[in-house]
Amino acid sequence: MDWTALRLSLALAAVTLLVLLPAGVVAGRWLATTRSRARPWLEALTALPLVLPPTVVGYYLLVALGARSPLGGVFERVFGAPLAFTFTGLVVASVIVNIPFAVQPLQRAFASIPPDVREAAQCCGLTRGQAFARIELPLAWPGVLSAAVLTFAHTLGEFGVVLMVGGSIPGETKTIAIAIYDRVQAFDTAAAGTMALLLLVVSFVTVALSYVLSERWLRPARR
Amino acid sequence: MRRRLFVLLTLLVLPICTANAAARAPAVAAAADLKFAMAELVERYKDATGRELNVAYGSSGNFAQQIENGAPFELFLSADEGYVERLAAKQLTRGAGALYAVGRVALFVPRGSALAPDPTLADLRAAVADGRLKRFAIANPEHAPYGRAAREALQGAGLWEAIRPALVLGENAAQATQFAAGGNAQGGIIAASLAVTPGVARLGTAVLLPASMHRPLRQRMVLTRNAGAVAGEFFAWLQTKAAREVFLRHGFALPGED
Repeated sequence: MDWTALRLSLALAAVTLLVLLPAGVVAGRWLATTRSRARPWLEALTALPLVLPPTVVGYYLLVALGARSPLGGVFERVFGAPLAFTFTGLVVASVIVNIPFAVQPLQRAFASIPPDVREAAQCCGLTRGQAFARIELPLAWPGVLSAAVLTFAHTLGEFGVVLMVGGSIPGETKTIAIAIYDRVQAFDTAAAGTMALLLLVVSFVTVALSYVLSERWLRPARR
Repeated sequence: MRRRLFVLLTLLVLPICTANAAARAPAVAAAADLKFAMAELVERYKDATGRELNVAYGSSGNFAQQIENGAPFELFLSADEGYVERLAAKQLTRGAGALYAVGRVALFVPRGSALAPDPTLADLRAAVADGRLKRFAIANPEHAPYGRAAREALQGAGLWEAIRPALVLGENAAQATQFAAGGNAQGGIIAASLAVTPGVARLGTAVLLPASMHRPLRQRMVLTRNAGAVAGEFFAWLQTKAAREVFLRHGFALPGED
């Protein structure tokens, strides 16, 4: 059992969530309320990671943003190391890959708030900030929750990009999914089996918890 | 409307038909270090006999795992004897197969790297000590034969413990080469057969490490239980002088004549 790898995966999921959730709330709300003509194109952009293989993101991180490219050179001068083979690189990759999992539930949640509610809040003299914090966000809460859970669980399960840009460095880029793969390759089915089962349980509990919580939140609202 | 539908359906079905044609050629699983040697061998075999083969490249461990679980490969060229022996012991092969090449490893230093291409690894030692070396690529020694050879070379040089924090591990020999040559690492110990390919060679300098620095990478191939006639003929052809010459030219040593 590779506890370092599990800890790393949990850390990656947590950091991805911290970066993506606030950005997802802003983007989701904007997409839900805007009348801009660019909306379908931007929506398509946020949905892209669902249909693109992880190898595309992997390619950009490894080659287009690698030490040989101008952009990668700038990055290396600022951060002292190229993106590939670092935890930061994995965070960047996993934020990109998880955009649809965060933005789509949030967009749906904000879109389901009737416009009259927003207008009523304005009539009552609430500023836009107050209306957002006291009215919209509480109403969109189930969307926030499912965005958070999907992002977290999906990051735990991320494999392709990490395999491409990680380099399997213990404590830095060797996530639990990679550790399982390495054990299977080495014909160590016992260790692979233990870790696979643990990941299965952790993911199941995470997703199940979100269903339990959303039941609790939604019930009183429906009455 | 109807006509558009017809065109659409044709476009959908077309790739299925062409895919089927390619699938009729026998499937060959080849270790990632063979990528370029095999491409030439398959081409030559086709010129000589008109027969085609469908080659998949990947890590030997992965293929062994897949064949054990019923993958339809007819011929398996492993980068390591061990995997072939493992399959043979489980009665999944036709006999014990044959040695076809001996793998060599090279130190690869990409252009602009702070590392010198020094086959004694003395400069690598200095670079580890003075912090010039930040990332160094090898294949994963847990399961990739070339990773094991790289680890043995580094251990022999007394560098293993010191270099470990800088190591990035490729999933197979080809990925390790990508890591070493792609510019994201200062160098790597990789398969010589991949270091000599034009695409890699123009990215930096490779020097062959002495064969005495690691246990020999004896590469064995074997026909699987479901091998057909074409795969069997190709297996025999790979042991002829013409084929052995190709292996030699692609950075391999030949078994029995080190």
